[in-house]
Amino acid sequence: MSVENGIGASVRRKEDQRFITGNGHYLDDINRVGQAYGYFLRSPHAFAKISNIDLTAAKAAPGVVDIFTGADMVADGVGGLICGWGITSKDGSPHNAPPHNSLAVDAVRHVGDQVAFVIADTLQQAKDAAELIEVDYEVLTPVTNISKALAPGAPQIHEEAPGNLCYDWELGDKAAVDAAFANAAHVSKIDLVNNRLSPNPMEPRAALGEYDAGSEELTLHTTSQNPHVARLIMSAFLGIAPENKLRVIAPDVGGGFGSKIFVYAEETTTIWAARKINRPVKWTSDRSEAFLTDAHGRDHVSHAELAMDNDGKILAFRVSTQANMGAYLSTFASAVPTYLYGTLLSGQYKIPSIYVEVQAGFTNTTAVDAYRGAGRPEATYVVERMMDTAARDLSMDPTEFRLKNFIQPDAYPYETPVIMTYDSGDYPLAMNLAKEMIDYDGFAARKAQSEANGKIRGIGTAAYIEACGIAPSAAVGSLGAGVGLWESAEVRFNPTGSVTVFTGSHSHGQGHETTFAQIIADKLGVPIESVEVVHGDTSKVPFGMGTYGSRSLAVGGSAIVKAVDKIVEKSKKIAAHLMEASVEDIEHEHGVFSVAGTDKQMTMGEIAFAAYVPHNYPADLEPGMAENAFYDPLNFTFPAGTHIAEVEIDPATGIVDIVDWAAADDFGNIINPMIVEGQVHGGVAQGIGQALLEGVVYDDDSGQLITGSYMDYCMPRADDLPSFRITTTNTPCPSNPLGVKGCGEAGAIAAPAALMNAIVNALGKDIDMPATPEKVWRAINSN
Amino acid sequence: MTTVSMTVNGKQVSADVAPNTLLVQFIRENLRLTGTHVGCDTSQCGACTVHVDGDSVKSCTMLAVQADGADVTTIEGLAQNGELHPMQAAFKENHGLQCGFCTPGMIMSAVDLVKRNPNPSEETIRTELEGNICRCTGYHNIVKSVKAASENMGG
Amino acid sequence: MYSFDYERPSGVNEAVSAVGEDDKFLAGGQTLLPTLKLRLAQADKLIDLGGIAELKGISVSGSELSIGAMTRHVDVANSADVKSAIPALSHLASHIGDAQVRNRGTIGGSIANNDPAADYPAALVGLGATVHTDKRSISAEDFFIDLFETALEEDELVTKVTFPIPEKAGYAKFPNPASRFALTGVFVAQTAQGVRVAVTGAGPCVFRQTDMEAALSSNFSAEAVSGIKTEASGLSADIHASADYRANLISVMAARAVQAAS
Repeated sequence: MSVENGIGASVRRKEDQRFITGNGHYLDDINRVGQAYGYFLRSPHAFAKISNIDLTAAKAAPGVVDIFTGADMVADGVGGLICGWGITSKDGSPHNAPPHNSLAVDAVRHVGDQVAFVIADTLQQAKDAAELIEVDYEVLTPVTNISKALAPGAPQIHEEAPGNLCYDWELGDKAAVDAAFANAAHVSKIDLVNNRLSPNPMEPRAALGEYDAGSEELTLHTTSQNPHVARLIMSAFLGIAPENKLRVIAPDVGGGFGSKIFVYAEETTTIWAARKINRPVKWTSDRSEAFLTDAHGRDHVSHAELAMDNDGKILAFRVSTQANMGAYLSTFASAVPTYLYGTLLSGQYKIPSIYVEVQAGFTNTTAVDAYRGAGRPEATYVVERMMDTAARDLSMDPTEFRLKNFIQPDAYPYETPVIMTYDSGDYPLAMNLAKEMIDYDGFAARKAQSEANGKIRGIGTAAYIEACGIAPSAAVGSLGAGVGLWESAEVRFNPTGSVTVFTGSHSHGQGHETTFAQIIADKLGVPIESVEVVHGDTSKVPFGMGTYGSRSLAVGGSAIVKAVDKIVEKSKKIAAHLMEASVEDIEHEHGVFSVAGTDKQMTMGEIAFAAYVPHNYPADLEPGMAENAFYDPLNFTFPAGTHIAEVEIDPATGIVDIVDWAAADDFGNIINPMIVEGQVHGGVAQGIGQALLEGVVYDDDSGQLITGSYMDYCMPRADDLPSFRITTTNTPCPSNPLGVKGCGEAGAIAAPAALMNAIVNALGKDIDMPATPEKVWRAINSN
Repeated sequence: MTTVSMTVNGKQVSADVAPNTLLVQFIRENLRLTGTHVGCDTSQCGACTVHVDGDSVKSCTMLAVQADGADVTTIEGLAQNGELHPMQAAFKENHGLQCGFCTPGMIMSAVDLVKRNPNPSEETIRTELEGNICRCTGYHNIVKSVKAASENMGG
Repeated sequence: MYSFDYERPSGVNEAVSAVGEDDKFLAGGQTLLPTLKLRLAQADKLIDLGGIAELKGISVSGSELSIGAMTRHVDVANSADVKSAIPALSHLASHIGDAQVRNRGTIGGSIANNDPAADYPAALVGLGATVHTDKRSISAEDFFIDLFETALEEDELVTKVTFPIPEKAGYAKFPNPASRFALTGVFVAQTAQGVRVAVTGAGPCVFRQTDMEAALSSNFSAEAVSGIKTEASGLSADIHASADYRANLISVMAARAVQAAS
């Protein structure tokens, strides 16, 4: 029996109605009576000491309520922003996490660093007053490039981090890898740059802080992917307010892609200032500020080598990476180039030994942290560019080379040499499907046709894997995480049979209000219209670790299932009592409880009503029908698949035209295929953006951000992208009750490698991202 | 302060505004119609797109005083008598939105696009949506939505 | 935005007499308003030209096409007169900015701003157009002086642009992938006075490519120009394109403009 709008149905999204009619409530749509407006004076320099800040003229400007500097926050006992994941270097020392004040104290370390917070009756007045602040800067020589920052003699950005080193980390068996290389028949090598990206959710960050002097409660509306985590960090480490006196609300949030996970200076300052002035304060980032301050993504420089035997079998893999952390260590920055990167370097392949070392360092740039995929796109890029290079060196077809080295479907659970245990998958299946979809075998003919038209055609494959559903608390705790990564849910029946689901996951585009409702509709037979999903408010939701790492369904959804199980268990007892049967004889399917072997049955709605009007009720049961659950997964999930891109290049201009895209992804079981496809589209688009269009550029000498607006940072637009052909394979995930794996990041992980492999295939030579027309044109016209 | 009067979503409105008030500020702050969004400060993203005298414009790049006397339609004025505009319905049916932030501007642009090109090809849709940036959907389902709506709008 | 006063005159004389030293004319506002928003510019007063009917409109008389300064890009793109007289100009206007920008932006505002990456300067110079102001007439080549600099005096207002109708003309542009302005755009025209080739986006200001003009004069074909190189020194270089690459694009776009010419 299947249920209308249940698991597996492409239910149209419940949340859409308000978005398509302009009735969403994004942060800047929310206003409070008497609110003041905050504006940050930011550093115009990449690196400078501050010798004095003179606020006299600014404080006297019309409409100014108050102006704060770093000294005010320090005097008030506000702690610095933290990094929540400790990484241990090769030598056993903990990573260097220099102080990071919300407002600068003594020095600024990147263009856009916060210097002062100006609050006025209107935003215009705040901006006008900011221009009157006199800051004495002693400008220092900056360094923005990670390799230069880690080289001897580079400018020292923090006293606490000699040589600008954050950590020097390793994973894997170096001796075994060295031995394998020493005896290898073939060794392939590649050098890669993983370009720095600006996440650019379309809604800029914003915050609205309020203080109630009577209750001493602070309320922060903020554009967050994880309001409870924000509350925890602001309470425990920054001392903004005790958790019970701090309410954090993330309303409709216009995209995140990782950049809204983090606890930033601006939101922290805004909520702190609301109490200082005892008046609501709103701060809304404009796009220029977003480019300067939203945590960036990627920015790796890597060298990789692959050892193979005579037969093309992989023997060992070694990778050395430099990772740019920016000026300060952001909330989860340290984990991205380590446990979210090094652990995925086995890809889909049986590789006997792997060794990776990562040096992370500081530069005079915006902080770098998790961006869609976070570490896993970087890993896939290294692995998959490496595989194509090796295949080329061996004169093998790159897909044949991969198929030869894939972990086979009967090998699960499969332990990699980089501490992951893959739980399920079928890599050859997905690859063969993708090849069929794109007519891989017909490529030669299409290439010849392009050549006849004066164009250069290429085809490229990426067989990616990711670790999602982040993750088991014990596992991440042992690797340095400062938090547990479970999720919570409450399923609450109302007496009239409608259901409110409270989830710690946060939806900012993913469609949880629909997907999670489908789970309830399916399991408890409640019409989807009668299910309300509540998220994003620490005062409503029991607790939550939030949405990132494609974890919402695998972890948050599983918590809902656990709560549903408790509902069913209780309902069986009530049903047994009401139908005068024993609990063991009660059978349940989709919200219908029946007595085995009879035609007696009751619906979930009837039972919920009985629970709230317990006139005839089991004596040993509590009334009411609401259950909560915390779910901690057993393992990561491992979505994987193959994407194949086909391109045609115009040699006259170097323009790369994506002529076809085929993807076969294994996301395990699927709740809503329509939403899953949408997630893949969006992920692929961001991956294509990275490969062709996007790249944060700093001026080497001045440290100024050159790509500071959409005039220079190239966002993918509709006419830059093709339509996509995607399909899924579904090997259920054994690690969670829904059998789901996570789909939000796959596209962004797979796409850059697939597209760059296609371009390299066309050009016959290596090229770095973004493959801009000029770069491609130069590659064509160089020897 | 200057007095501006205009028709917004069929309603006559009037207010005293500073000359440097942008149309989008007037719509969001004076009229409290917050469906029109601001996603950038260089007139690129199109989240603020509304119709002025029937044409799509970026309301962040027009002063409120320039719209004096104009007929303005925002996303809130698109549905008629509780019935979604075919473009709104198509975005929902075809999953043409995710986070929803760019959506009002995207829909307003798309309505104008179909007015100018009653039966647009995929290529035309992609080219004509150049002034609207979406970060979530990869545009695949937006293109599909516009195509579907154009068919339902009698194109 | 800083504060400013606002005036909306209904005639050219009124507009010109209203403009003071630190005031600015507001045409379509698609460049001026973003600049003001970012506080990169300031004005005591904006004089909105939107209410001046005499500045709008398109007409053809004999061998000349006339476009009022406040005519929007969308109106130029869609005008039957423009399409029949100079289809390349209609094509160019239909590719300026995006749909929303074309619904507000005007030819007068565009040329008075003289952004080095704007499209219209290529058409004006390529067609040998004349810029008419409230005071005088200026040939397009004399009008565009340098980066964001024109022959206009502070209180001088563009009223219309007249284009001699060419035998054929074509425009091809390579857009900046991020901003969509012309990274390099080339306008070619076969006119009564000979072949003209104007390049925008590639340098600090629109310029004529005379080697290409000479080649096309004897052989108006794509092949005639595709091999002609432009000296890279003096061309613009930024993160989107080096001078070399722009030089290459001039050749490629010139050939495509010739191919498209009609």
